[in-house]
Amino acid sequence: MARLQLTNVAKRYGNVEVLRDINLDIADGEFIVLVGPSGCGKSTLLRMIAGLEPISDGDFLIDGERMNDIRPRDRDIAMVFQSYALYPHMDVARNMGFSMEIRGAATAERTSRVAEAGRALGLDKLLERLPKALSGGQRQRVAMGRAIVRDPRAFLFDEPLSNLDAALRVEMRLEIARLHQRLGTTMVYVTHDQVEALTLADRIVVLNGGIIQQVGSPLELYERPANRFVAQFIGSPTMNVVAAAPDGASAVRLASGARILLPNHSGAGRAAELGIRPEHVDVVEPGTGDLDAVADVIEHLGSDTNVYTVVEGLGPIMARVRGNVPARSGDRLGLRIRPEHAHLFARDGRALAATGA
Amino acid sequence: MTATRTAATSGISRAWRSAYMRYLVEPYLYVGPAVAMIALVMLVPLVIGISYSFQSITLLKPFETGWIGLENYATLWRDAKFWLALENTFWWTLSSLTFQFALGLGLALLLNTQFYGKRLFQALVFLPWAVPTFLSALTWAWLFNPVIGPLPHWMAALGILSEPYNILGDPDLAMWGPVAANVWFGVPFFAITLLAALQSIPGELYEAAEIDGASAWQVFTKITLPFLAPMIAITVMLRTIWIANFADLIFVMTGGGPANATQILSTYVFTTAFRKLDFGYASAIAVALLGLLMVYAVLLLAIRRRFVKI
Amino acid sequence: MSAIRRPSPVLTFGKYAALAFYLIFALFPLYWLVKISITPDQLVFTEGTALWPSETTLGNFRTVIFHTDFLAYFGNSLIVSLGTAAATTLIAAGAGYAFSRFNFGGKRVIIALMLVTQMFPLLMIIAPIYKIVAAMGLLNSLTSLIVVYTAFNVPFATFLMQSFFDGIPKDLEEAAMMDGCTRFQALRKVIFPLTLPGLGATLGFVFTAAWSELLFALMLISRNEAMTFPVGLLTFVSKFSVDWGQMMAAGVLALIPSCLFFIFIQRYLVQGLTSGAVKG
Repeated sequence: MARLQLTNVAKRYGNVEVLRDINLDIADGEFIVLVGPSGCGKSTLLRMIAGLEPISDGDFLIDGERMNDIRPRDRDIAMVFQSYALYPHMDVARNMGFSMEIRGAATAERTSRVAEAGRALGLDKLLERLPKALSGGQRQRVAMGRAIVRDPRAFLFDEPLSNLDAALRVEMRLEIARLHQRLGTTMVYVTHDQVEALTLADRIVVLNGGIIQQVGSPLELYERPANRFVAQFIGSPTMNVVAAAPDGASAVRLASGARILLPNHSGAGRAAELGIRPEHVDVVEPGTGDLDAVADVIEHLGSDTNVYTVVEGLGPIMARVRGNVPARSGDRLGLRIRPEHAHLFARDGRALAATGA
Repeated sequence: MTATRTAATSGISRAWRSAYMRYLVEPYLYVGPAVAMIALVMLVPLVIGISYSFQSITLLKPFETGWIGLENYATLWRDAKFWLALENTFWWTLSSLTFQFALGLGLALLLNTQFYGKRLFQALVFLPWAVPTFLSALTWAWLFNPVIGPLPHWMAALGILSEPYNILGDPDLAMWGPVAANVWFGVPFFAITLLAALQSIPGELYEAAEIDGASAWQVFTKITLPFLAPMIAITVMLRTIWIANFADLIFVMTGGGPANATQILSTYVFTTAFRKLDFGYASAIAVALLGLLMVYAVLLLAIRRRFVKI
Repeated sequence: MSAIRRPSPVLTFGKYAALAFYLIFALFPLYWLVKISITPDQLVFTEGTALWPSETTLGNFRTVIFHTDFLAYFGNSLIVSLGTAAATTLIAAGAGYAFSRFNFGGKRVIIALMLVTQMFPLLMIIAPIYKIVAAMGLLNSLTSLIVVYTAFNVPFATFLMQSFFDGIPKDLEEAAMMDGCTRFQALRKVIFPLTLPGLGATLGFVFTAAWSELLFALMLISRNEAMTFPVGLLTFVSKFSVDWGQMMAAGVLALIPSCLFFIFIQRYLVQGLTSGAVKG
């Protein structure tokens, strides 16, 4: 049970600043996901929380106690590594019980805790195997078991699912969600996969270029991205963003000449770009929508259809439509933008607040 | 008093315990013993050795010790034995290296193919590398001895020698004795390094070449050799230096004789230091050898930068 | 199927002829050493050049072991080689670990210095070493040999150990530290068991190198009772150069420890000889 607080934390390697002005208050029991493109500093931040990387500047507190100079072993935090980092020369049981062994726990207690965790993870028949005799998914479970057995104050996950195939990834994602429900322990989870972020997190921290872009619940990030980076990073397929110029107080004009009315949007007067998620673009008869487009590629997903189009003078726009669309490459289409879901961005990329939302 | 001291101590220990300090200090604890050892036993003596070359230090003449400037080098310049040793060093290194490389490359190519009993074969042909050098030297010296060794008789039978005699006693042929021992001892090293390089060539390249219709010879010259080139360059350079410095075989087999026919610079250094106990002159020869090797290394690196693109 | 190129019979024959050549070239000298060592004295001069003696004996080995000082030389060499191997491996493991796991100021300089020590003629320092050892009163002591050999072998052994540490993921000791180990505990409980093969290989390489060293031992040891095997054998050769059988029996004895270690480290030869690629 732990509250983690980062205040003005920074990380420098020599003169290179990889993280700066990190302020984050993680409540007890919260599931926080750090997400961002590779090289954004998310893993470094996690390793600083773990104590594996020294903190260059600022303070890191667990339950109000400053941790900057406390060794990893004394922080009482467990971590699941991307490579799992199972000890190759120890069997599954010893791997899972290693932290208790180090702390000098009684053998009987250790055995029962390992057995319990093994049962919970479906590893009870594998306890005497060496890691090399396990499949990827089983290794992943052992790595989680190793973290569970010691009952730590907080769990850290460093891209734990990235070495698994797609089906296993979904299964393990659910497993982790269940684990959090059952234990209620604070968890910090690093991933570059936004689906994992959206499905697991209480709150998501989006990082880019060593700076926190936005902190918020999955829905907040999806509906009210703070800037263009977050808007395009969160949500799949990626949000369409096109250049736009103010046209009156409540409308913008696009490069193709189309005028989009945004009656409830107070930022229209300062807009430089308009963003619209593909699922908020409707495909209509040519000439009846906001934009006239030519279909480029149609992807039929069964439940949905991805329609990649090109709008003359504007460039590519993608629409995602429920069900099936009988369109073909080269067809002329009309596109309608749902104004209540449009996002406007200023010249510096910051989102302009939408009223009424 | 007590109060200030406690405060000072706790300040230090807090700084020491801080994660950042630990992070900074730790590697030096691990690397320290190695650095100390190398500095004290190799680098300091190296500097002292260079300084010896400007002094007169002969243990047999303890009263003539002192700084003499470049006198040792002047003597060196006039020393016919030095120039002979220099020439011998060149031939010793060149012939040893050529045979080691040619045979080593052949062995590496063989070991890169499949055949029955390969593991055992590899262990056996690499065995000479494990034989202590002094024993390699003695073994080959004995092989060249007509009383107990077969080689003189075979060479006589082949018409290379007029009669079975010991070539180690013949000034014209003596150098071939240590060279033979050196080749025998050194082939495994070349074979191993080249084999490692061969095995690092991606198999897809060979498959692609085969699909493109390349002949075996084309594959060798267009793929294998270019890939091996950087490894060959670095191995040859390091090996040249190593062989030029390698005095054991010659010292044991011929002691530099007969009539200095096998004296190379490194054996000259050793015999001058060991037999004459003339440390000043020995150091001057050693510095000259070091200088030559450095010139060689710089030249080779320059050539390499020019021709090898990887 | 027939489209796949099969090697011609000529090529196949050439390949096996080459294999045979290398095998004979590598093993014949050793065969000869063993052959003479088991030839009775009285037959050496008459059958010295025959491929196999008409009679064999182990008498030469008996004489060498029980009536000469070789057992003492053997013991001295064993002490020096084992001492050197242990000290070198310990020191090199530390340095190799630091090179593998840390970035620290001066790392490049230290690595460069280590490479330099592999390049310059070691004989350059034979005179200074002699004077220093003599000044310390350590001539004829095995300790001085161990110290000198250790320094000679540390650079190569460090590069070797580094390559072994590089093969162990850094995650493992981080996981151990998260599990509550100090760095030292992580080293002892997680890294050490995984480096055992590497430590063994390094021990083997260094042992072999120390077992072979002749010139510095010749310079620093002159008293019979402190002689290592190479020095003793060479002295024996110059004093009794007619006892062929005994000399070769001694040679075979000198070969045994090297060969044992060779079999042990065979698997690591490629790694060893290519790491740094600096030592024979």
